[in-house]
Amino acid sequence: MIYSEKVMDHFQNPRNVGTIQDADGVGKVGNPVCGDMMEFYIKVKDNRIADVKFKTFGCGAAIAVSSMVSEMARGKTLEEAMAITNDDVAEELDGLPKNKLHCSNLGADALHKAIENYREKKLDPEKESGEKAEKEDKEECSCPYCEGPVEGLEEVCRSCHVEFDRCDDCDRVLSKEDEKCPHCGATKVRV
Amino acid sequence: MRRVYFDHIASTPVFPQVMEAMLPYLNEFYGNPQSLHSFGQETASAIESAREKVAQLIEAETEEVFFTSSGTESNNFAIKGMALAQRTKGKNIVMSAVEHQSVLHSVKSLEKSGFSVTEVPVDQFGLVDPEDVRKAITPETILVSVLLANGEVGTIEPVAAVAKVCQEQGVLCHSDAVDAVGNIPVSVKSLGVDALSLAANQFYGPTGSAALFLKKGTRCLPQIDGGIQESGKRAGSENIAGIVGLGTAAEIAQKELGVWADKVRPLRDTIIQRMEQEMEHVILTGHPINRLPHHSSFCVKFIEGEAMLLNLDMKGIAAASGSACTSRALKASHVLLAMGLDHATAQGSLVFSLVEKNTTDDIDYLFEVFPEIIERLRQMSPLYPNQEEE
Repeated sequence: MIYSEKVMDHFQNPRNVGTIQDADGVGKVGNPVCGDMMEFYIKVKDNRIADVKFKTFGCGAAIAVSSMVSEMARGKTLEEAMAITNDDVAEELDGLPKNKLHCSNLGADALHKAIENYREKKLDPEKESGEKAEKEDKEECSCPYCEGPVEGLEEVCRSCHVEFDRCDDCDRVLSKEDEKCPHCGATKVRV
Repeated sequence: MRRVYFDHIASTPVFPQVMEAMLPYLNEFYGNPQSLHSFGQETASAIESAREKVAQLIEAETEEVFFTSSGTESNNFAIKGMALAQRTKGKNIVMSAVEHQSVLHSVKSLEKSGFSVTEVPVDQFGLVDPEDVRKAITPETILVSVLLANGEVGTIEPVAAVAKVCQEQGVLCHSDAVDAVGNIPVSVKSLGVDALSLAANQFYGPTGSAALFLKKGTRCLPQIDGGIQESGKRAGSENIAGIVGLGTAAEIAQKELGVWADKVRPLRDTIIQRMEQEMEHVILTGHPINRLPHHSSFCVKFIEGEAMLLNLDMKGIAAASGSACTSRALKASHVLLAMGLDHATAQGSLVFSLVEKNTTDDIDYLFEVFPEIIERLRQMSPLYPNQEEE
């Protein structure tokens, strides 16, 4: 099996699946081009995450990650929840296959977006709930360096301005300076 | 737990007769076929007998069959070998948009050394129009490659018509027939191709044994340099047992493939019918009629393929998917995208390909467990409309 027992457990019995109708914060990441989409809904009480639900479109890893993040976040203060990293989630799941570490491991990002959305709404109660749903088929993936958005045909990350190439092996974006692909570890890089 | 194998397209089980034929070549007969002594001559004649059987299966001449290690190697050998042999004539290669990775990446690798590639589009069923091939051919074109049957969507391509166009234009024609040979009748004579790839593990022979047909007089440079094995076209000590296995599998397939097809076709049709009747938001991919007899493929909307495969595997059912998450490259299937499907739909790809031992009970079992799997994953999916909110 390519997945750890913990991943398979969370995949088979995902915790906290669903949505929250009057959520205090909603966060969405990913799109079907990259393969995975996650939506997180949170209820906040006394600066703590009182309730958390998610919906995920994606592979086994993506579903397990979402479930694990929801468990890790529940009951935590917003600051504690913001400190959860994608790496923490992978570690909590006893690891993920190397090629899934980037694309499927977006759970913490989605949670952070939900918290940011909650904070924004607190400052501006008029603000719409959640991010606008991302357009389907938008060629967008994240920069492996700053996690900012990178469009498929774009050569430079819009956030950190790293220049991009694509890995010969796994075809994911990487920096022109890279000798090794940060996603799959292959050494051959397209020139 | 019940175990059901619906992944013919990935590999077939080796028939007992095939294994029995192979065994003596793993212990009793071990001479190197290139050696002059009688030990070597025993294995050399076994290889020639296997070559004859493979040639008969595809209506080729014996000396037109070259043994390789895989369908992938056959495709690499044909594409690179023929293109490089022709490079003084021109440097353009035409291929369909739905080729197997081994053709696609062989061509891409040639692109780096100065060749150009023209992709011919396909329609919604994954079919190539031979007239589009004609339009794509330029004076620079030296080689056309169009697969005979598509492993992801099952569609059988009009290769004979494509080869005719190539002949008229004076361009070589290769067909990747790995998913076709041994499952449907394939004759290189009636197809009129110059090269054709096949592999044993698609028709109950061993993995690691395959062949390339090269029409007499077709120039194709070796891609593995070394000794004089395979008439100097493919060096390396022969995989004797594997080649014997391929030969035996070819001999059986020649007699039985019609019987197998008649057996699996109704089962395939049942899967397609029941998917359409019993499941919502499931679409058939590939051609509804003109498809491999053992092949049914679908896109299940709002959910992703790998998650379905894992769930099916937990119920003992083996199937395949072309979703981004199941491929190491994490990209949606280029075949489904070329057929005009959107990314989200393409992620829900599933392939059920049958082996001759499958039964109607297997299909009943699939439909016993599948609806629940789909429903559970859809309830988790943010893309699934009209669901109940908690």
